[in-house]
Amino acid sequence: MTRTTTVAVRQAASTSWAGWPTLRFLGGRIVGLLATLFIASLVVFGALYAAPGDPITFLTHGRTMPPEAIAQLREQYHLNDPVWLQYLRWLGGVLHGDFGTSIIYNQPVSSLIASRAAATVLLVVMAAVVVLVAGLSVGLFAGLRPGWLSRSTMAGATAVMAIPTFVAAVVLIIVFAVDLGWFPVFGAGTPGLDAVYHTVLPAIALALASVAFVARLAQAAIRQELSSDHVQTATSRGLPRRIIVRRHVVRNAAMPVLTVAGLTIAGLIAGSVVVEQVFQLGGLGQFLVSSVQQKDFPVVQAICLVYVTAFIVLNTLIDLAYTLLDPRVSLGRKDS
Amino acid sequence: MTTVAADARMLAREARRLRRTGALGASGWTAVIALAVLVAIALLAPVLAPQDPNAVDLSGAYQGSSAAHLLGTDASGRDLLSRLLMGSQTALVGPFLVVLVSTILGTLLALAAVWFGGWLDQAVVRVVDAVFAFPGLLLAILATALFGSGLTAAVAALSIAYIPYIARIVRSAALRERSLPYVAALRVQGVHGLWISLRHILPNVAGLIVANATLAFGFALMDLAGLSFIGLGVQPPTADWGAMVGTGMAGVLQQQPQEALYASALIVITVAAVNILGDRLTERSEARS
Amino acid sequence: MTALPSSSLLSVDGLTVRLPVAGEQRTVLKDVSFSLDAGRTLGLVGESGSGKSMTVRTIARLLPEGAEVTGGVAFDGAAVFDLRGEALRGYRARDVAMIFQDARAYTNPVRRIGDFLTEAMRTNERMPKAAADRRAVELLAKVGISDPERRMRQYPHELSGGLLQRVMIAAAVAARPRLILADEPTTALDVTTQAEVMGILQRMQREHGMAMLFITHDLELAGAVCDETIVLYAGQVMERQSSARLHRDPLHPYTAALVQARPDIERRAVRLPAIPGHPTTAYEAPAGCAFAPRCRFAEDRCREGVPPLLALEGDAETRCVRMPGLRGRMLQPEEVVL
Repeated sequence: MTRTTTVAVRQAASTSWAGWPTLRFLGGRIVGLLATLFIASLVVFGALYAAPGDPITFLTHGRTMPPEAIAQLREQYHLNDPVWLQYLRWLGGVLHGDFGTSIIYNQPVSSLIASRAAATVLLVVMAAVVVLVAGLSVGLFAGLRPGWLSRSTMAGATAVMAIPTFVAAVVLIIVFAVDLGWFPVFGAGTPGLDAVYHTVLPAIALALASVAFVARLAQAAIRQELSSDHVQTATSRGLPRRIIVRRHVVRNAAMPVLTVAGLTIAGLIAGSVVVEQVFQLGGLGQFLVSSVQQKDFPVVQAICLVYVTAFIVLNTLIDLAYTLLDPRVSLGRKDS
Repeated sequence: MTTVAADARMLAREARRLRRTGALGASGWTAVIALAVLVAIALLAPVLAPQDPNAVDLSGAYQGSSAAHLLGTDASGRDLLSRLLMGSQTALVGPFLVVLVSTILGTLLALAAVWFGGWLDQAVVRVVDAVFAFPGLLLAILATALFGSGLTAAVAALSIAYIPYIARIVRSAALRERSLPYVAALRVQGVHGLWISLRHILPNVAGLIVANATLAFGFALMDLAGLSFIGLGVQPPTADWGAMVGTGMAGVLQQQPQEALYASALIVITVAAVNILGDRLTERSEARS
Repeated sequence: MTALPSSSLLSVDGLTVRLPVAGEQRTVLKDVSFSLDAGRTLGLVGESGSGKSMTVRTIARLLPEGAEVTGGVAFDGAAVFDLRGEALRGYRARDVAMIFQDARAYTNPVRRIGDFLTEAMRTNERMPKAAADRRAVELLAKVGISDPERRMRQYPHELSGGLLQRVMIAAAVAARPRLILADEPTTALDVTTQAEVMGILQRMQREHGMAMLFITHDLELAGAVCDETIVLYAGQVMERQSSARLHRDPLHPYTAALVQARPDIERRAVRLPAIPGHPTTAYEAPAGCAFAPRCRFAEDRCREGVPPLLALEGDAETRCVRMPGLRGRMLQPEEVVL
């Protein structure tokens, strides 16, 4: 009797897989992601009902219309249904890629968005590249070589962080577009290399404050690692400095710095709206502003949802990457 | 030397060291003075402005510096100096309100979550995370879409959007404080939970709150100015630094960048001063802990 | 680098170290001198601020930027502070090894134990990975770690403090150094683990014929482990004597006070005789004898000028001007002596 139970226990124990905690954690995070997305969609959808007045005023632009036309609009937009049903209908549509119809353009919102998304993506990607390349290299240099040059660079970074994105855009336009004429001011250019050329100044304007932030962060992290105890151990063993810097300083500082850099890049999404507006890049941000001014509400809802979703998804991905890749964050049990 | 004298010497040395870390430093005090000047300008703007900021004179557009117009005029012939002075009011009031509301609400929310714990804490964390997912500017744009342009909707939206920053910081600091022995001692004495939070934990977290509120002011200023810049915030003809950078864009293209540059400079100076002060306050609050 | 026939492995001569703290240069070590022969163990005992950690860091040249060093440290006849570049790295890699107090803080948390152990071998001695791994497994087994292959793949946070300290010892011994600098290697451990780890350390030391400089604040531990003990206070050497005799016959009032302050398992005390006041650093020490403010035998002449190091019979030294007069009487109760 005891032998069979012992065997059963041993068999049960052998099925406990080291991967379960990781899977459980991943699952938990994904549930959290969906919950946040759900709440965000509620806010975006419900905002329409929080506004003063009847939603119908948005759809008619305050124009007085004959009662039949209003009734027809109510039918078309299902405004007679209970709110929760309207929400579900809207959500169902969204999950199929149907964001409704634009009031101003009378076209499906999804196609209007799709044609403008490329410019926004190009802008954010280029800005991200600038943030990573410039921010990380400046921070690395300043951290590894203390001295007056790195001190003044960090002071400069602090000053740059006080420059709002739109001010950076205006100044860049004044200097590089109007005075020097090196770059065009407005427009997105034709697709391809021309588009990239048109996006250079906007990308720099968008990236500037984040470059300064990431540079300061990287410098602080490198400094901290350089003075850490485990680096003393490596030095005491007679390892060459460049090996110590590469394997112990940079590798340790990389994880937290890259995580924050990633989150900063996710934050560029909001700033891109202003930059697109200044440079007239014709992307989602500019479309958002014009839609707000024209009170084209389905478009406003759709773009807000796209932005917020992108932000949340990016944040979650970075969070996951950090937790899974950093061995210091142990998901499993501790051995002894 | 006796033991007592040696001890006294050591204590005196420690006291001197602490006083040094308590100071704001030269940069900190410079920032405070700069901000005091700006606040004074905002309060006294109607008195200080030499001309009517809204007086249009189309024939006198884009004039350079003169006795009547110390900084020149804008595209509509309005005096730039007067507009910049008056613009300080909307530029500073908005962020101030945002910080005030978000700090108070965020702190109360965080303290309540930490003190009551359990499901309330979890609920607060989830809601705060959801709000955090909305970049402030986006929420402000959404709000103006619904409630119309102007500062009111934007300030309300940003106040909500900024709550997570303060709430998260206060929550983690309060959690740390709560696990300290003196809190357990108070509870054993039968002191009421809310009283402990307000009377004991809050003062110890106050330094951190003030430091972060200061930094938040800078972010709010940049967000609101950006909103006015794209035309969704302060509406013409009201003078506002952000709005002036926006209207100044037309001038930039006509080789008349003065309006945009002066307004931009004022924004940058204010944000820089606030950032420096915020950094010094943060250092100080960390040194004390 | 020729070794003179009768010279010591390590000789420290009039070492004075100043560190930049808060904008001024503060003395942390003052005129410290001692020598250590190959294969022997020397204990450095003192309270916090006495400069014991600084001493070994100076020997390993792990001082912070801006540190001022006067006096000499010679290893095998060669001046340590004259070493540059490759010679300095060689000194650290092959001759001297440090064991730090808090193993967890001193190991890189994002690298595996195996990487930690083999890093020096592969980089400094250019050992191929397979050979280095084998050697590392051997070392882990020698320091008493079971299932060494699995441990190699683990991260530091998966090991307990005691295990990590053994790993650190293994790493220190790996390069077969001639001198081990052990900075309170067992202070962070519980008593049982402490005994085990000390045993391992001593065994490795005997096996490889290494000299050891052993830092501790525990006078009795030094007595058990070291051939000779030096007592440091306020950055100065107060006493040097063979460990065996230190307990019975301390040669300095400070040592005597340390011996008396430790509770005795055999006798019951009404009140533990603690030393009044706080331990000071060299920087905060008053003029004259640094211990005088807390010493119950202090006289006026103790406060006039720093006492010189006196040589006493039996190869001992003391920095007390009242010696050899007070010898043998400092452990007696108060009323009898004064």
